Amino acid sequence: MIHLVGPYLLAAALVGLGVAGIALRRNAVLLLVGVELVLSGGLVLLVATQAAGADRWAAGSVLPLFTITIAAAEVVVALAVVLAVFRQRGSIDLDRRSEPEDAP
Amino acid sequence: MTALDTAFTASGVLAVLGGLFAVTTRHVVHAALWLVVALLGVAGSLLVLGAELVALVLVLVYVGAVVVLVLFALMLTRAPIGPDVAHAAGRWRATGAGLLGLATAGLLATALVPLADGTVERADVTTTQVAGQLFGTWVWPFELLSLLLLAALVGALAVARGDRAVDGATAP
Repeated sequence: MIHLVGPYLLAAALVGLGVAGIALRRNAVLLLVGVELVLSGGLVLLVATQAAGADRWAAGSVLPLFTITIAAAEVVVALAVVLAVFRQRGSIDLDRRSEPEDAP
Repeated sequence: MTALDTAFTASGVLAVLGGLFAVTTRHVVHAALWLVVALLGVAGSLLVLGAELVALVLVLVYVGAVVVLVLFALMLTRAPIGPDVAHAAGRWRATGAGLLGLATAGLLATALVPLADGTVERADVTTTQVAGQLFGTWVWPFELLSLLLLAALVGALAVARGDRAVDGATAP
């Protein structure tokens, strides 16, 4: 027996924390920490539907696996972009504008 | 309040505290390590909800691979050892970000909490059932995911490698 308010509140708190992190961080790598928190909130929500017995085709377990895989792929590509930007501009500050001489 | 509720509350509090410190700490490496704590809390709560496979995959992929990647990227972008003063957010920005996060959490909570209709019996989905569905109903999305991973791998390699040939040609 489990009460469903717990998973729902946890998912809401994780998504809120992730959004706050995305808005707060200026370091491009640490922005991804917020993205991971938002995605983990989604995972909790998906698994909570399974625990409530409301899913077909074991979707409450399979869709989180898909989400984790897609998140891993997203992080790899995002970090590659961050590294390329760092090599070109020497900074990963998201607030800094690119100088005119950086433009092609 | 049953034992499951108590265990869920404990791991949920761990996850929220880890997430809070991961978002607010000024030490960049500490942020990645607090993310490990938060994800372990999430994995514990998934375990309480009865999804053992998802919890183990979360620990393997997120804690094992993604956080290590983030740490490598922090090192490669010359993360400072102490507090990161170069990327410190101003007070107005911190207030705005906190308000935005609170608004999002409040909106989600007000939408979701009325849907929780009391205590439910936890449905047990065994790993055998998950495997059967994964390679039965979900086999085409599963195969598509392998293509996605391959594309992400090749794309990340191409982007991170940069266009060295062009640089070499234009360099004097």
